[in-house]
Amino acid sequence: MNSWLIKNARDLQGKAVDLAVVNGQIVDIKELHQPYLEVDAKGLTLMPGLVDLHTHLREPGREDAETVLTASQAAVAGGYTAISAMPNTLPVADTAGVVEQVYRLGKSHGLCDVFPIGAVTVGQKGEQLAELVAMNQSEARVRLFSDDGYCVADPLVMRRALEYVKLFDGVVAQHAQDPRLTENAQMNEGEVSARLGLKGWPAVAEEAIIARDILLAEHVNSRLHICHLTTAGGVELVRQAKLRGVKVTAEVTPHHLLLTDEMAATYDATYKVNPPLRTENDVQALRRGLADGTIDIVATDHAPHPQEAKDCEWSAAAFGMLGLETAFSICYLAMVKSGLMSVADLWQRMSIAPAKLARYENHGELTEGRTANFVLVDLNKTWKVDAGALKSKSKNTPYDGMELPAVVEKTFHNGVLVYDRENQGREGA
Amino acid sequence: MRDLLSINDLTKDDALEILDTAVHLSDLSDSSSRKFPTLRGRTVVNLFFEDSTRTRISFEAAAKRLSADVINFSAKGSSVSKGESLKDTALTLQAMGADAVIIRHGSSGAPAQLARKRWIDGAVINAGDGTHEHPTQALLDAFTIRRHLRKDLGDLAGLKIAVVGDVLHSRVARSNVLLLQKLGAAVVLVAPPTLLPVGVEHWGAQVSFAIDEVIAECDAVMMLRVQKERMEDLFFPSEREYARNFGLNAARIAAMKESAIVMHPGPMNRGLEITAEGADSKRSVIVEQVANGVSVRMAVLYLLIGGATSRDLAVQIGEQS
Amino acid sequence: MSVVLNAAEIARALRRIAHEILEKNHGSSEVILLGIPTRGVVIAQRLAQEILGIENAEVALGTLDITMYRDDLRMRAPRPLTPTQLPKTGIDAKHVVLVDDVFFSGRTVRAALDALNELGRPKTVQLAVLIDRGHRELPIRADFVGKNIPTAKTESVKVNLSEIDGSDEVKIEGRSM
Repeated sequence: MNSWLIKNARDLQGKAVDLAVVNGQIVDIKELHQPYLEVDAKGLTLMPGLVDLHTHLREPGREDAETVLTASQAAVAGGYTAISAMPNTLPVADTAGVVEQVYRLGKSHGLCDVFPIGAVTVGQKGEQLAELVAMNQSEARVRLFSDDGYCVADPLVMRRALEYVKLFDGVVAQHAQDPRLTENAQMNEGEVSARLGLKGWPAVAEEAIIARDILLAEHVNSRLHICHLTTAGGVELVRQAKLRGVKVTAEVTPHHLLLTDEMAATYDATYKVNPPLRTENDVQALRRGLADGTIDIVATDHAPHPQEAKDCEWSAAAFGMLGLETAFSICYLAMVKSGLMSVADLWQRMSIAPAKLARYENHGELTEGRTANFVLVDLNKTWKVDAGALKSKSKNTPYDGMELPAVVEKTFHNGVLVYDRENQGREGA
Repeated sequence: MRDLLSINDLTKDDALEILDTAVHLSDLSDSSSRKFPTLRGRTVVNLFFEDSTRTRISFEAAAKRLSADVINFSAKGSSVSKGESLKDTALTLQAMGADAVIIRHGSSGAPAQLARKRWIDGAVINAGDGTHEHPTQALLDAFTIRRHLRKDLGDLAGLKIAVVGDVLHSRVARSNVLLLQKLGAAVVLVAPPTLLPVGVEHWGAQVSFAIDEVIAECDAVMMLRVQKERMEDLFFPSEREYARNFGLNAARIAAMKESAIVMHPGPMNRGLEITAEGADSKRSVIVEQVANGVSVRMAVLYLLIGGATSRDLAVQIGEQS
Repeated sequence: MSVVLNAAEIARALRRIAHEILEKNHGSSEVILLGIPTRGVVIAQRLAQEILGIENAEVALGTLDITMYRDDLRMRAPRPLTPTQLPKTGIDAKHVVLVDDVFFSGRTVRAALDALNELGRPKTVQLAVLIDRGHRELPIRADFVGKNIPTAKTESVKVNLSEIDGSDEVKIEGRSM
């Protein structure tokens, strides 16, 4: 069924709104004819679907942790209608062949759009540029490139990448982590790491790369995106660069808006993440940065890991946390409930801003003629996180047992109901 | 007290109780192999993921002198061992009915995992985890200081203790700073800036880069072992430079207070952090630290599993119902 | 609560026990008085004073902590330890007189015998107690008794000694009048 009438909803400004969908597109209500299904969205907020620019789908290669299918299921449960597959798979997504494989998998599941991100360098080794144009011209039409998981540390390689992507209005997304300053590092370097005896990951290892890359992007006049910003110093660097007119954008993860390095005190590796959780001061600076637009978008850095990779001593554990299903709720808690942002502004950072950054055409707007990618959310209800019940194949969430605000009720992708919280399993009807 | 994972688990009274218990257990110490039946029927497991002859033997001697059954498990899991290694090993020991597991592991936080996840039902004793803590070492150090400078009585208020060497990587340093301060002593850390952790200013201890400026006012000087591999990681340029500036040599020994003592957790790098004069001087209590280690570890075992444990109580309640 | 021995009666009992110890052991030269903490230690010290007064000779004195040998350790939280001090000459071939305040089930004395076992081989081990309240659970008897006091198991006998409690008296509690 792909004709719908959504009635009695409210938009992000709180105004009453009805929406008509026919054949995957938003249409004027007059064009809606039977048969169609009606949804009474009383008490629900209608918003364009969320867009994630930083997701680890693990397929190909680590299907024990997640697949394109399970990640898509998790995504739509979290209100996302588009996700972006990071290339640190096995094999690495550094050729047209692999990015097309991931793209087609996403399409075949039909739950949300899966846009592959291509590696910057061959094998993500940081030495030789990968065939970026080939990936851009493939069916996957890749525009974002990242060696995420690894830093493009060699300044010359980074410079060349920034120059090269101008060919097709591409963006290089840097995972800022100086490898020499973070060898075997386990958590943020500071008072907590000194106390716990865990090797520290200093803020400067992130900030030094950000500073360098901002100057490079400025010098060659290219688009730079900073993945998962985590420090107050980083926020300030981006702020100053933007004031100068540098084409830099930045993202922050939901967990870095809420959690601090104190969480490591129990040595529970659920809190082990790259880049690491930082101090309260950093959390506050990130929140202010997101509120004032210095940080352009929220990106989940959804990083599934199998149980044995987390259920062990800290130094042996993998880095990463799940994010898709809890992202909106955590950001709502950190930013809206705390009074720092309106829900409309938060949504902007999580939907239209990422869509525009990556040039994803069918997301972020609900005007007539646009593709029907939208979500119905109950902002007045709460839900309890149960790690075992999450759609992701992995269970490594730091929020297990927490009661969170904002419940995603229904998600529509291309006009198809792909997630229905109340009637799970009967989507697609 | 259910487990001993960190000095932070102990109140000042708990720490003094351990020391006082150790004093009584070392009464009649010339009958040094005095044995007690107290832990008969209890099983104590030494779970050592890192090689350590001296600590393991010390715990083994302590357990045996309390008539416990001792099982030595030397797991050569390296620092990249996957979760299954620690977890499954722990669950196997659990099935064998260990009343106490003494664990030494290369990863900070590994004993905390065992205890928190309750993969081990019995008492978990941290015998050194990564660069985090080594609580029984600090306890035996405090015992030694108290024996020499306070006649086995009370706390360490009024004393000043220097901890010299690779503080950054030393679990002995961390535990000692916590315990010495808990017992009222003042602590001064002496190290090159590269071997002090970021955040050390929150530890409440004085920090100095010059051993000669502080050594004369200290009642005890605790030398930490410096690993030669640290030179490769650029922590200091050469052994010679380190020894010259931070080593305990004859001149520095002579500058110490009359009553002051020299300590070292062992094993020593003679010539690097301590010279032969330092190690063998009459101020040195290094050998005695080893003997005190057995008494202190006996005290810890007695206090953790000598009385009723939660398992005993559960059985008693079960029997009554 | 009733007082069964007052200060004067305690003093007389201890004086008599001191005489008995000297009589049985033909003097004090081979005798070691070992007090079982806490109050056994005080009583041993008093006996030593008495012996000094009678014989004009010092008798060897010590304390014996029996905590680690108790058979009821696992019924409650670990008990604090007390000191053990023996005379430098040791206990081999000596007459060790264990000294305690109240003799009840006999388990304390059994623990003391186990403790002694580790420390040497006395020629004889004898037991001096201020109060014997009956209800033995083990086949152990005392050699020297201050006073026999029949009690019900539910009652408790409290010995107060001025060095510890400020006054000298023995009381029974829980007895219905």
